[in-house]
Amino acid sequence: MGSEINDRTVQDNKELVLEVEDLIVHYVLQEETVEAVNGVSFSLERGKTIGLVGETGAGKTTTALAIMNLVPDPPGVIKNGTITVCGHKMLDLSANQLEKIRGKDVSMIFQDPMTSLNPVLTVGDQIAESVMLHENLSYSKAFKRAQEMLEMVGIPGTRATEYPHQFSGGMKQRVGIAIALACNPKLLLADEPTTALDVTIQAQVLDMIDDLKRELGTALVMITHDLGIVAKTCDLVAVMYAGRIVEYGTLEDVFDRTMHPYTEGLFNSLPDISNRKSQLQPIPGLMPDPTNLPRGCAFAPRCRYATAACREEQPSRREVSETHTVYCSAYDDPNFQIERTRGRGGNG
Amino acid sequence: MAKALFQVRNLKKYFKTSRGVVHAVDDISFDIEEGKTLGIVGESGCGKSTTGRCLIRLIEPTSGQVFYRDQDICQLSRAEMKKLRKEMQIIFQDPYASLNPRKSVLQIIAEPLLYNKIMPGADKFAIEKRVLELMDKVGLAERLINTYPHELDGGRRQRIGIARALAMEPKFIVCDEPVSALDVSIQAQILNLLKELQRELSLTYVFITHDLSVVNHFSDDIIVMYLGQIVEKAPADELFENPLHPYTQALLSAILVPAVGANRDRIKLRGELTSPIDPPPVCRFAKRCNYYNQDCAAGVPPLLEITPGHFVACHRIKPGSNTLVEAN
Repeated sequence: MGSEINDRTVQDNKELVLEVEDLIVHYVLQEETVEAVNGVSFSLERGKTIGLVGETGAGKTTTALAIMNLVPDPPGVIKNGTITVCGHKMLDLSANQLEKIRGKDVSMIFQDPMTSLNPVLTVGDQIAESVMLHENLSYSKAFKRAQEMLEMVGIPGTRATEYPHQFSGGMKQRVGIAIALACNPKLLLADEPTTALDVTIQAQVLDMIDDLKRELGTALVMITHDLGIVAKTCDLVAVMYAGRIVEYGTLEDVFDRTMHPYTEGLFNSLPDISNRKSQLQPIPGLMPDPTNLPRGCAFAPRCRYATAACREEQPSRREVSETHTVYCSAYDDPNFQIERTRGRGGNG
Repeated sequence: MAKALFQVRNLKKYFKTSRGVVHAVDDISFDIEEGKTLGIVGESGCGKSTTGRCLIRLIEPTSGQVFYRDQDICQLSRAEMKKLRKEMQIIFQDPYASLNPRKSVLQIIAEPLLYNKIMPGADKFAIEKRVLELMDKVGLAERLINTYPHELDGGRRQRIGIARALAMEPKFIVCDEPVSALDVSIQAQILNLLKELQRELSLTYVFITHDLSVVNHFSDDIIVMYLGQIVEKAPADELFENPLHPYTQALLSAILVPAVGANRDRIKLRGELTSPIDPPPVCRFAKRCNYYNQDCAAGVPPLLEITPGHFVACHRIKPGSNTLVEAN
């Protein structure tokens, strides 16, 4: 009971673990500039999970790297924006200062567990490394902690002396999670953590992240293209397209009261498991070239509702409710509705 | 019932390694009906790709028979096989790795035409015209004919792979995870294209995938494989409405449905795939099975027809008796 009251006070205080404000990241190459992230803002409270959803090139991973201040430079240039993680302005800190925060306040799980682990260190040493650094423990104590972490992610502690190649894909990803959680970070970034894994293993890993999150009160940024994973794990959803957030809201807002035509297009592209005769309705066309983005709304060339105005101007921000925001000019017409909402008998 | 285009009997493919013999495909039998799609589902290492490649003898089966129109293709000579293979094509998973980066779209699609002398005596204009026809069929713009793979995105590359397969006017195509590397909006485009082509050209497909929602959408019949063996085989509707094997049930329940509150109460499997190297002669799923009991030690379970058209390999499920249901 005590912890419940405690949780409520924390929620009342709305302890912000992460604030991203108007982030712009470009990759400046010799002949062209890739406009990867073009003004992204969101924030995240303690213990909550936000899903950054979108397809290849939407700017999800670049956003996550920027939060860690890990955007490769060159060619990456952070043109604008502030990022605050647990009170630290990540983009203003020196390498030494960052080292104290990364792995302690914020850590990251990478997509590919096969390449993100060091092949010549035992997994125990890799977990102990950050514990020794951040908590000033001796090697033997840190190694003991590493074994506990392995047990926590479902791997026998005795295997801490083994090397990554001795583990299967799912187990390597668990090791990655153990490393990320070893110092009990307040914020965890997970970049497509289960894309490389089989479905039954994916289910295990997602359940585990869920349990640990609840146990440790970690806030989570879940980067994924899979709307099923979002439905399972997220409280909030930010749908990204061509480096911008196009729709933002609670899980229920985005899934049940969808506003943006791109979000609708994503749903229509998925096979309906309950009705196998249903036709897939793909979004026509391709992602825009990030070195040559359209002047107006980046989605307009593929959008079946686009008007002349959409092609000319950036869509304005529209607050549908306290929690739900959409960037789409079609709603300038007060009678406009996308088909998905119409089908559900939405009003307005 | 339509006539079977393929009849596969006791197909085995073993690979010898320094650590032992990998039983990649271990004694499987099935039919593929003409004009239909057979989905093969399973996780990595279950032998689904190896099965697809054995069907068109891209790799030689260790033993067993593959009858194509009543002819055992494993017995054919190289020259006979080359002739027959025009009717059988494959589309690969990775459109980035399966195209030669030094060849243009024109050269890539024309190559099978030239190599197999499909258009004897044709000049380069006639070949180019044929390539343009094929590009049109798969939805590639004419202007891309002289571009190179690196200039194109994954969806377009996969379209090149499909055009190249269609160049031979095949009857049968193995689609090996054709959309796994693509974004969802592009995935749907390619799946719709494959469906249209099937209708138009009366193609027969084997559709290999780990994505159950895709296979459900695409297939007429489905085979579920686990560590080289078939654990369940049924028409797609039947498999999704009435999955019997504990592994199939877990796979289906692991599908994450993109709807709020749809993903509770899932069946959890313990552990991971065991090694396909020299597996012991028992049910290969036993170690991870939530229903394991003493009955399961009795050798490899045979694939039995439980209801018409629905086959299951599980010691605890027999025609007229299912001790899994009784256990619940």
